[in-house]
Amino acid sequence: MGRYLLRRLLHTVLAMLGVSIGVFLIMHLVPGDPIRLALGTRFDPEVYQALRSRAGLDRPLLAQYGTWLSHAVTGDFGVSFRSGQPVGELLWQRLGPTATLAGAALLVALSIALPVGILSAVWSGSVIDRIATALSQLWVSVPDFWSGIMYILLFALVLGWLPASGYVSPLDDPVQALRHLVLPALTVGLISGSILTRFVRSAVLEALNQDYTRTARAKGLSRWQTVRRHVLPNAWIPIVTVAGLQLGFLLGGVVVVEVIFEWPGLGRLAYDAVIRRDYSLLQGAVLVIATVFLTINLFVDILCGYLDPRVRRP
Amino acid sequence: MSASEPVLSVRNLTVEIGTRRGTARVVNDISYDVHRGETVAIVGESGSGKTVSALALMRLLPEPPARVGGRVLLDGVDLLRGSERELCRIRGHRIAMVFQDPMTSLNPVLTIGQQLVEPIRLHLPLTAGAARDRAVEMLHLVGIPAPRHRLDDYPHQFSGGMRQRVMIAMALACDPEVLIADEATTALDVTTQAQIVELVAGLQDRMGMAVVWITHDLGVVAGIADRVAVMYAGQVLEEAPVDALYEDPRHPYTTGLLASVPTPGIDRPHRLFAIPGLPPDPVALPPGCPFWDRCAVRGEPRAEFTPQPLRPVGSDHQVACSCAGPAARHG
Repeated sequence: MGRYLLRRLLHTVLAMLGVSIGVFLIMHLVPGDPIRLALGTRFDPEVYQALRSRAGLDRPLLAQYGTWLSHAVTGDFGVSFRSGQPVGELLWQRLGPTATLAGAALLVALSIALPVGILSAVWSGSVIDRIATALSQLWVSVPDFWSGIMYILLFALVLGWLPASGYVSPLDDPVQALRHLVLPALTVGLISGSILTRFVRSAVLEALNQDYTRTARAKGLSRWQTVRRHVLPNAWIPIVTVAGLQLGFLLGGVVVVEVIFEWPGLGRLAYDAVIRRDYSLLQGAVLVIATVFLTINLFVDILCGYLDPRVRRP
Repeated sequence: MSASEPVLSVRNLTVEIGTRRGTARVVNDISYDVHRGETVAIVGESGSGKTVSALALMRLLPEPPARVGGRVLLDGVDLLRGSERELCRIRGHRIAMVFQDPMTSLNPVLTIGQQLVEPIRLHLPLTAGAARDRAVEMLHLVGIPAPRHRLDDYPHQFSGGMRQRVMIAMALACDPEVLIADEATTALDVTTQAQIVELVAGLQDRMGMAVVWITHDLGVVAGIADRVAVMYAGQVLEEAPVDALYEDPRHPYTTGLLASVPTPGIDRPHRLFAIPGLPPDPVALPPGCPFWDRCAVRGEPRAEFTPQPLRPVGSDHQVACSCAGPAARHG
């Protein structure tokens, strides 16, 4: 397990370095000069040059990268061109709401996907399976901007049960925070849950069709004993992997849903940074999102190693 | 037929499986008896319905798509009519099974100990500690070195032959009356095959269970079986004590099978014998004798060969062929 962990850790670090180079380069290769953009159409070339050298944009690329990376690893992503606020601070403010939404959405997704996926695999071909498959197919294909707006219409405007949009920190007012969380979490969670349901179903079905499942039945285990003791321990491995990927995507920000519900998340921050060509902010945002994603992947790999003795004890 | 009551009695077992192309008649009205301590071999080529018939009698086939008919009496109790709850008490306890591929038949994420203790705890009134001791004893019995030490190992840490020994230990852990070995040596290399065959024979002497040995390997059968049933297209074409079958095969298919076994040490003037043609499609079984198309001694026309029950042709020797006799023997 030790060697496996070390190898995975090394992979993660290398991937992060790769991401940082990519992020740094792409930002410099895309057309559109941020200084020019900030100054508008008419500007004094001297001011332009002064701003450029103040931002370090006139130095060689490698030097720029070195400086940027050495600051980035300490959480210093520079200052946003637009707002003048430190990028690290801006990102930090968005991490809380994003984590809250992602966590809640994953909770919704798993609480649907696990029971429904397992039941429709065990009773594959049954009415329950067909209904579940049809519903999950429907929800996967419904776009989030539409279902989100429908939830707002129904639960906020018609029924008036929940607020239509906005974010309240759970530290300020837990009840209001929860009420504001329900609709966006449902919008994202149902879609994510539909995808996960299908993965859970196929993972359980796959394990059900294995020879060891037949062995378990031949030993005298009942169908559900077999599912619990033999099928699920094997099915967890692909399920955890896909759920981890889903969480990674959710933490990367769900831009559309964040816009609809005015949720101050990372995705919207990154989106705004792209539109405004706010270099340092975008670099910081992408790097943070990538880091979060890779870290979750690392945890998933560790968890899979724990679940699969062939990885843990080769 | 021996005087004592058979421990396992299969009567008119049929298995039909619904497929997209139609209903496949995989097992067609087979009957055989297995007595205490006896080894009955069921031989036949791939697709002859051997494995399906074994899974059907344990009620391990998914129903649907499979439909199982007939009777399977274990000490007089019909397994095909038992409730699922009753079957769970019988499977692994009174009738156990060893499968073909030991690489995939053990659960990769559970230790050998967990998998071995499971049927013991399920069927025998033992504490966790006593069940573990029993598991160690079983591993020792099947010849796994340092058994107590190996309980906490996972299947992938064992070789194929060792895994099949574990499977056998698992099947015999609750001292079953009947052991079904379904192609239990097929996936193993030849030396390991011989070890596993000897192991089961030795354990049978010690524990007294009846063994149904399903195989396509006539070499294995000759060494261990008391009686042999030859299956083809889901039917038993011939059933006889092992010596009678080898010395005096009556069905043209049996003769063909025996002729196609290579004999080491004998300088053969001809190429190895092969029965021409292929077995019939179970979705479209021909009327009459299923072997007619490939038969070397068939009569004309086929209509004469209506499906025939096994008829006695010697002491304890039955055959399903109207023109079967010593003359049917291939050279």
